[in-house]
Amino acid sequence: MTLVVNGQRVTTDADPCLRLLDFLREGLGLTGTKEGCGEGECGACSVLLNGRLVNSCLVLLGQCEGAEILTIEGVAAGGDLHPVQKAMMEVGAIQCGFCTPGLVLAAVALLAEHPDPDPATIRRAIEGNLCRCTGYVKVEEAIRRAAG
Amino acid sequence: MTWIGQRVVRKDALEKVTGRARFAADLFVPGMLRVRVVRSPVARGRIRSIEASRAREVPGVVTVLTARDIPGRNCVPVVLDDLPLLAAEEVRFHGEPVAVVAAETEAAAEEGARRVVVEVEELPPVLDPLEALKPGAPCLWGNDNVFKRWHVRRGDVDQALARADLVVSGTYRTPYQEHAYLEPQGMLAVPCPDGGLEVTGSMQCPFYVREGVATVLGLPLAAVRVVQATTGGGFGGKEDVPSIVAGQAALVAWKTGRPARLIYTREEDILSMSKRHPGFVESRYGFTRDGILVAADVRYILDAGAYATLSPVVAWRGTVHAVGPYRCENVRVETLAVATNKVPCGAFRGFGSPQVLFAAESQMDEAAHRLGLDPVEIRRRNALRDGDVTPTGQRLRAEVGLSEALERVALASGWAEKRSRPPSPGPKRYGIGCSVVHYGVCLGAGGRNLDRAGAFVQVMYDGSAIYAVGTTEMGQGMHTVLAQIVAEELGLPYEAVRPVASDTHMVPDSGPTVASRTTVMSGNALREAAAPIRRTLQEVAASLLGVDDPTTVRLENGKAFAADGRTVGYGDVLHRCFLERRHLASSGLAVSPETSWDPETGAGEAYITYAFAANVVEVEVDVETGEVEVLRVHAAHDIGRAINPTGVEGQIEGGSAQGLGYALLEEVLHDAQGRMVNHRFSTYLIPTARDVPPIHAHIVEHPTEVGPYGAKGFGEQPLMGIAPAVANAVFHATGVRVREIPITPERLWRALRAGGGR
Repeated sequence: MTLVVNGQRVTTDADPCLRLLDFLREGLGLTGTKEGCGEGECGACSVLLNGRLVNSCLVLLGQCEGAEILTIEGVAAGGDLHPVQKAMMEVGAIQCGFCTPGLVLAAVALLAEHPDPDPATIRRAIEGNLCRCTGYVKVEEAIRRAAG
Repeated sequence: MTWIGQRVVRKDALEKVTGRARFAADLFVPGMLRVRVVRSPVARGRIRSIEASRAREVPGVVTVLTARDIPGRNCVPVVLDDLPLLAAEEVRFHGEPVAVVAAETEAAAEEGARRVVVEVEELPPVLDPLEALKPGAPCLWGNDNVFKRWHVRRGDVDQALARADLVVSGTYRTPYQEHAYLEPQGMLAVPCPDGGLEVTGSMQCPFYVREGVATVLGLPLAAVRVVQATTGGGFGGKEDVPSIVAGQAALVAWKTGRPARLIYTREEDILSMSKRHPGFVESRYGFTRDGILVAADVRYILDAGAYATLSPVVAWRGTVHAVGPYRCENVRVETLAVATNKVPCGAFRGFGSPQVLFAAESQMDEAAHRLGLDPVEIRRRNALRDGDVTPTGQRLRAEVGLSEALERVALASGWAEKRSRPPSPGPKRYGIGCSVVHYGVCLGAGGRNLDRAGAFVQVMYDGSAIYAVGTTEMGQGMHTVLAQIVAEELGLPYEAVRPVASDTHMVPDSGPTVASRTTVMSGNALREAAAPIRRTLQEVAASLLGVDDPTTVRLENGKAFAADGRTVGYGDVLHRCFLERRHLASSGLAVSPETSWDPETGAGEAYITYAFAANVVEVEVDVETGEVEVLRVHAAHDIGRAINPTGVEGQIEGGSAQGLGYALLEEVLHDAQGRMVNHRFSTYLIPTARDVPPIHAHIVEHPTEVGPYGAKGFGEQPLMGIAPAVANAVFHATGVRVREIPITPERLWRALRAGGGR
């Protein structure tokens, strides 16, 4: 089967029953996508599948035929950080960093749809991404800054 | 100051925001085995047999190891050394490790672990510490099931209570809390050609892991090298228990001669790793009619779980903090850490204090209510000030910022106006509550022998520099603060300073990364290490500038300045150092000032200094459903000196959010047989972005003489006072005093129905 990961066409004969998460991490070495719970609760494994935010632990590789996948490694692919990444660094929205890739992708998806989100919209957009370090205060601030 | 107090960007921000940071599960080495753990299916029993033949039949399974395969001591060394790495004869909690399975793939290891049959002769478990204390209870530890007892005996409590104008009594309960760091535990163990072993993984305390691995393998400490991988959160949950994970991986690596990696699933992580102790507190306080606290009588029971692990020291910190940050001359505290057949409890942000502070700060609120005093006012009257004596008899230096913190949150929150608002009509009731706490910085007398830290600094000839410490970065921002300190001490740009991963082969035993001790201890150690390099740079710059007294040369941001304003750049200074073959590397050791503790009375200098905090929480309670919505949090923390204010705010915001989870949501539950029932993120709930309200962080700075630039450690403090502030706000909103957390809708609804509310 064939899919597009971070703009690159990938052809694979891997088991279609693999979780997309495992294919990305172990098959392609894209370890920026994290496993925090394996049951779709924490969002650490968030990627964009055809532009939609998904938990890659709940997606099977076989569901991705022809799909476009964006992982954290593809967000700053050209070498330039996404405004969300820059803002997260500037305002201090990163602590342990394990949830950070997933939060970045949730924010990228949000801003693609709502270029100027209000705080409630931001909170809704990231409610599927658990963070235990920041209390989400500076994460919200970073997303607002990236939008503004 | 060039760098101290600056909001610099975190050292690790770029690698983390791009996904390049490498956590334990991101480590892959050729030939690496995957490891899974076989666990006890029951809470208590005798192991009859461990049958692994069907596991060994799984293609890819390489070995199954049990306690009998451990070449050294079957022990995870911590305080009383009672926890085995793998259960040998009996199991004492549901999820206790019994065997490890290693295989070529995760799937094979998992299938192998599933096929190991552990036959256990079940015994009735003891699940409640109050039951464990009753005469005739099954003996899990010693003859009374008490791992450790601590006392404070000061003044005459009985007489003071008898004479008090008001006595407030209450019984308080707090739950098991799970750390829920986002990165599960994980370790990679690699055998070395020289016969030693390298262990890399997620941890707070590399020197604990080194001792743990050396103990189970029977190796000298020098043969075990432990390196910290990027660590995805700790909060205390990666203090002692990573030694278990490392021991399991290391045992496989040792027996097979191959690299072995063990990454816990979320389920087994919650099931078997440490937790916050459930707490049970009986409290009697005496007051004058003016609201002056004259006596405190506290009995504090911690449910320690199946093994002592860190409980003796957790109970000690809880004992010292039991009465909160107040003057009180008549104090009796008895603290017991009690054995039960549940997962062992250990370190968690606050370390035995949040449970007893929930009681203490609820008591103060109740006293204010009964005396017709404002809750801020009663705290104002009793709060510790410069030169005061703590409830354990320690006289404080002029480093106490509690009153300022209290006034800051009262003012910023609009306390006086909001507190006097008339009750809202309808089912949604507004409430506002407060709390104050103090935090003993570093290990104190309970861990005085461990309280030292090493450091290494080296400046390169191009003006870049590295440093190493033995404490760890787990997300709290250690490396940012420490790089600021190195840059400040050596006059280097912050960007030029690079941290080395924490590594037991780089620096001497630096103790654990706990007790909010890292900024103080590693910061002081780095200043010590930087001092001789700084003197060399000053000497060489002085000769280049033609200055007689090198101590008058100022070093700043890559330049040396003479007193008259002439400068020489570090390019020239370091070139000269190179030609003169100067020594630009140095090590340092910081040793904590002396502390003391009388085991009979609790008298002494318990801690080297204290941080202080005040919290105000606003809520809206739906009295028809029992739901509590938190509207806002104001938290002010006296941290001595903020080396990085952004990092300080991050600690306040994150700790407050964790405290809100503790107050309202979080509770690990067991069934009647002692089996944990909610060890998943779908059943153990932590706050999401929509659960956390705006949190306003306020920084108060009353510098301490013992910390670098006056800084106090404080990373744990933000969690500690949130739960009572929430409960006090709920009381203000409803008139119902909730003495058990979490305040779930059901619990509050029942309390409202039971009456007593408005």
